[in-house]
Amino acid sequence: MAKIIVVTSGKGGVGKTTSSAAISSGLAMRGKKTAVIDFDIGLRNLDLIMNCERRVVYDFVNVINGEATLRQALIKDKRCPNLFILPASQTRDKDALSQEGVEKVLLELADDGFEFIICDSPAGIEHGAFMALYFADAAIVVANPEVSSVRDSDRILGILQSKSRAAEQGKTVEEMLLLTRYNPERVAKGEMLGVEDVEEILATKLLGVIPESETVLKASNQGTPVIHDEDSPAGQAYADAVARLLGEEVEHRFIAVEQKGLFSRLFRRSA
Amino acid sequence: MPPSNSTVAENAPSKISFRLKGGLFPLTLLDLHHYTPDQLRQDLSAKVAEAPGFFQQTPVIIGFESFAGDFRDLPLLELQEILREYGMISVALKGANSSLEAQAQKAGLAIMPANTRATPAKEPLAEPEEEPEEEPKAKAEHEALSSAPTPPPVGIASKIISTPVRSGQQVYAPGGDLIVLAPVSAGAEILADGNIHVYAPLRGRALAGAQGNESAQVFCQSLEAELISIAGHFKLVEELKNEHWKQAVRISLQSQALCINALK
Repeated sequence: MAKIIVVTSGKGGVGKTTSSAAISSGLAMRGKKTAVIDFDIGLRNLDLIMNCERRVVYDFVNVINGEATLRQALIKDKRCPNLFILPASQTRDKDALSQEGVEKVLLELADDGFEFIICDSPAGIEHGAFMALYFADAAIVVANPEVSSVRDSDRILGILQSKSRAAEQGKTVEEMLLLTRYNPERVAKGEMLGVEDVEEILATKLLGVIPESETVLKASNQGTPVIHDEDSPAGQAYADAVARLLGEEVEHRFIAVEQKGLFSRLFRRSA
Repeated sequence: MPPSNSTVAENAPSKISFRLKGGLFPLTLLDLHHYTPDQLRQDLSAKVAEAPGFFQQTPVIIGFESFAGDFRDLPLLELQEILREYGMISVALKGANSSLEAQAQKAGLAIMPANTRATPAKEPLAEPEEEPEEEPKAKAEHEALSSAPTPPPVGIASKIISTPVRSGQQVYAPGGDLIVLAPVSAGAEILADGNIHVYAPLRGRALAGAQGNESAQVFCQSLEAELISIAGHFKLVEELKNEHWKQAVRISLQSQALCINALK
């Protein structure tokens, strides 16, 4: 049984694609056969983050329209043998996604033995985002620690529990909160919402807290999902989140202000 | 989000083009007492102003059981049109006569059987003019069902919600109380014709007595609401912040003003 997980947020620019890339890579690194689908038709980004933009021949919409087979369109990740990327079409728009078409692709992936299917949702609550979340068994809601992002996440959680297929069948979609760009120093100064505040507003299980880190941007630009950077706090935080996703109990890190030791102060090593 | 109470009627193979399901949906009964277009418009606009969110594409059943006078020649299409202007979509007639039923057929409206139980006991809290009742939704198999024994009369049902009410969601408890066991987010709206209880933080909008019941009250564990309204009398967040903010409170209507008391 493939588990379909949508990575969504409502708001744009909070780190959905970065998180999709990191989490799908993390699952594959843990030996799970994983597919990651870019639902952002017309604004294709996942291929860049995964550094496979030059290998895109066929895309998601081609598969839906029967112009290519799923096997032709899936791109095998160069770093993780268990990871496959289904890129979005750059020349079409969101209306190219039909419910039947998406279902067909998801069923075919499940038949192919994929254990996890990560759906990287576009921002907004329109058709594209709706298609990404409709078939989900679970949702990772990505939020930044600021009020508008939290409000939008709340909205998308409501849509998830009322409009998804699971909701229509009277079931609930498993919800997980991933807080990204978290900066404990700024939380301490009162400039940013704290983990507890966000958890209280959203009343949702916390999957992980990804600290704000320059390694994330660097990783994106290099096309290497940040989870491969095992020295960076962000990479470690994603690895923890993946472990939790697989049912392991891992304590949350990077939430409190780090006490800088003498050593790091002397060498001014930044995180 | 109407909760469907009953289950699948049959398990058809997946290739079939449809599946018949039985369902119980809360519906509003518009119990017509008399009819003049102008007065109806006037009364409707007053009612809609109390809870504008509620009357958007709301299905209603038009009831004639308490109609004073003769309604044989009532212009059904005109009535339907007026209701539509105020966001209500008439789906069925109840307690009509044969001449109206002929009109209903032309207008594509379903016919509900008249109440078989004795004169409906008036719910003392509700405003007598417009009393919502829960009725099974008009369905294609309706005529087959009408001969079946009527379900046992249910009291005014409370609606219980145990999952968070998120921003952008709207929950309405017609004819009864609404009980929410999870947070109500900012940007969410909860409405009830009766009382509202929230056993968690209330951060959204809460409208009790949505049909004008002035004895309705709002109870919540932590008052952080954007708006509280009872029978159309409301307070916004600025005013609410002044007293008992983030505390467990009971809000009632006293001499046309909302009165907030701490719960001990």
